[in-house]
Amino acid sequence: MMLIVGLSASAQEKKNKNAKYDIPVKGNCEQCEKRIEKAAFSVAGVKSAQWHSDDQMLHIILNEEKASVMDVKQAVAKAGHDADDVKATDAAYEGLHHCCKYDREE
Amino acid sequence: MKNIFFALLLIPALVFPQDTLQEIKVKTSSKSLKKSSRLTQNTTVMTSKELLKAACCNLAESFETNPSIDVNFTDALTGTRQIRMLGLTSPYLMITEENVPSVRGASQAYGLSFTPGTWVESIQVTKGAGSVVNGFESISGQINTELIKPADDIPFFLNAYGSTDARVELNTHFNHRFSDKWSSSLFVHGNGRFSENDMNDDGFLDNPIARQINVMNRWQYSDQEKGWVGFFNVRYMNDEKQSGQMGYDPDRHMFGTEKWGSEINTERLDLSAKVGYVFPDMPYQTIGWQNAFSLHDQHSYFGLNAYDIKQQSYYSNLIFNSIISNTMNKFAVGLNMTYDKYTENVIVPDVTGDYSRIDNSVGAFFEYTYDNDDNFSMIAGVRADVHNRLGAFLTPRLHLRYAPWAGGVIRASAGRGKRAANIFAENQQLFASSRVFSILNTDGKVYGLDPEIAWNYGMSFSQSFKLFGRPADAGFDLYRTDFQNQAVVDLYAGPQEAYFYNLKGSSSANSLQVDFNYEPFNHFNIRTSYKFYDITTDYLAGTFERPFQAKHRFFTNLEYATHIKDNGRRWKFDYTFNWMGKQRLPNTESNPEPDRLDDYAKPFVTMNAQVTRTLSSVFEVYIGGENIGNYRQPRAILGHENPFGSTFDASMVYAPVFGQMYYAGIRYKIK
Repeated sequence: MMLIVGLSASAQEKKNKNAKYDIPVKGNCEQCEKRIEKAAFSVAGVKSAQWHSDDQMLHIILNEEKASVMDVKQAVAKAGHDADDVKATDAAYEGLHHCCKYDREE
Repeated sequence: MKNIFFALLLIPALVFPQDTLQEIKVKTSSKSLKKSSRLTQNTTVMTSKELLKAACCNLAESFETNPSIDVNFTDALTGTRQIRMLGLTSPYLMITEENVPSVRGASQAYGLSFTPGTWVESIQVTKGAGSVVNGFESISGQINTELIKPADDIPFFLNAYGSTDARVELNTHFNHRFSDKWSSSLFVHGNGRFSENDMNDDGFLDNPIARQINVMNRWQYSDQEKGWVGFFNVRYMNDEKQSGQMGYDPDRHMFGTEKWGSEINTERLDLSAKVGYVFPDMPYQTIGWQNAFSLHDQHSYFGLNAYDIKQQSYYSNLIFNSIISNTMNKFAVGLNMTYDKYTENVIVPDVTGDYSRIDNSVGAFFEYTYDNDDNFSMIAGVRADVHNRLGAFLTPRLHLRYAPWAGGVIRASAGRGKRAANIFAENQQLFASSRVFSILNTDGKVYGLDPEIAWNYGMSFSQSFKLFGRPADAGFDLYRTDFQNQAVVDLYAGPQEAYFYNLKGSSSANSLQVDFNYEPFNHFNIRTSYKFYDITTDYLAGTFERPFQAKHRFFTNLEYATHIKDNGRRWKFDYTFNWMGKQRLPNTESNPEPDRLDDYAKPFVTMNAQVTRTLSSVFEVYIGGENIGNYRQPRAILGHENPFGSTFDASMVYAPVFGQMYYAGIRYKIK
């Protein structure tokens, strides 16, 4: 019984090579756009990354065989921007250009 | 929702195979002439707003307010405008319509006047070596025209125009959305000039009596969920021009020596189909297939010279676009095929004959684009082609863009172009003269001549900044074109000769353009530009400047619009000033005194102005004037007293032939 469950569970593990995710990422001006997108691209497996200040969303297409969406959130947070549930450290936030310092909920 | 967003991106993807996804930011700026700091190539986009500024009836007349393109008249009879970029004439440009080469071969001389201005949605003007995706022929630039797409069109549009040089035009557009996937537009254009005018009293019509009917039906299919987009066009045009002496009647005087006259009658049929597919979940991966078939049939005569050319042409291009690991690395790869069947007959002293032939080529291309999304991008492309007349050859092209600091952009480009010079189709204005033609080489594959090969390199720098708190930008362009081989058209040998031969020595064109644009207050834009050209060729008789090219030029355009009031009312004003420096003229020393021109033409000024009154969001009226300074070339036609004599030449034109012209028109839409 357990064996069958185990087999079917692993059969469903097929990774999406073109998974789409919308990650809410906070940022202010155009400057932030470059930093956020660059951070996303630094993760191998991210095929496309677009962020716009009007919708405060990072749209990515990700090859899940190479990385997970959590890897991307962590890379963006490391650059200083809160990405969904992964928050940037205070040190990273302070390092941002002054126009980029978005409002943070504490 | 996201599917729609990505699918809409596809439409420009078929347009700009590489620079697609990054351009699509909806800018609410009202700039009608945009030079994006994000595009890798040195490209300026002219929107339909810019096209409305000139009297602008067809594509040939759309570039009057664009400083990068010089517009001049080729002869004193037909009113044909020729455009130039970087000092080189339109045969050295690749002119495409929706990325399919359009003005080439038989249509080189008059092709731009076969697209009405109201059909155009935008024009992208690229200086220097362009992209390898569309072909190998471009040398000094590429001009791509995008026509209005059926899915974005309004149900009805009407434009009526009339001018003091007796020209009238009517444009009507109809559009219908048949379903959420299919939409179609029908464009009908007619123009004519029905009366004779000879304002400069030389016995010749200043402008031809003309008639043109031009009809296009477009269909667009877009299935956003499945990722398919298709465009299907069918187009027919019939253009008739008659010029020559006042009172010339073709029925009585054709091929006689009583009165000199000329007729140029052209019929064209174009069919094209473009299909594109966006891969599901991969909006950066697309495949597109363009096919275009055209039939061009021109019958013409110029006095006792006759020229008939018929061209059946087929073009096919298959392009696959995708990325390498992420969207910072894009590439386009594809296959290309062209077929041209020419039936060409010439009756002109010393070159009378049948020059019919078939040209065909097959090629493959690869273009890689790197964009770090920040301050650097590059496009590197190469093509390999096998052509029955040009042989097997490679065409490399490279573009670089670097933004060193905020508002500054440096661009550089280099590339090669190769083409077969259609010496008769490209120099038809010389038929309206008594020149005797000679082709001095006989073993080449293109009329006895070798293919033209040139390298183009250039760089540009632009900087945007604030001047007294208002936006401004300044910049310069520097380009050099070096011909490895050229089909030299030599008018320096003498006023009764026209020689064509392979370049022996060097031929180069250097150009410098310095721009300054400023918006001193809201809705008021100033554009200024200074251009310097140094174009010299080694002719048989020596090294001379290319004739009819001013070394120095100055251009300025002022535009002002009032605020749009609630009921849609506004005024728009536009003024263009052009100063043309002295131009080298061909050799006319051996002519008798009255038909002898100086070595250089004097500098002169031309001015255009237009006022538009928008009465609502659907109706506007406009009036304007061209050449309001009324500058006229003193002696437009040499030997006009005796057109069948040896000094007759209507192709020695360096300035406007007719004086001031005033026009008025209306535009009405149903949205």
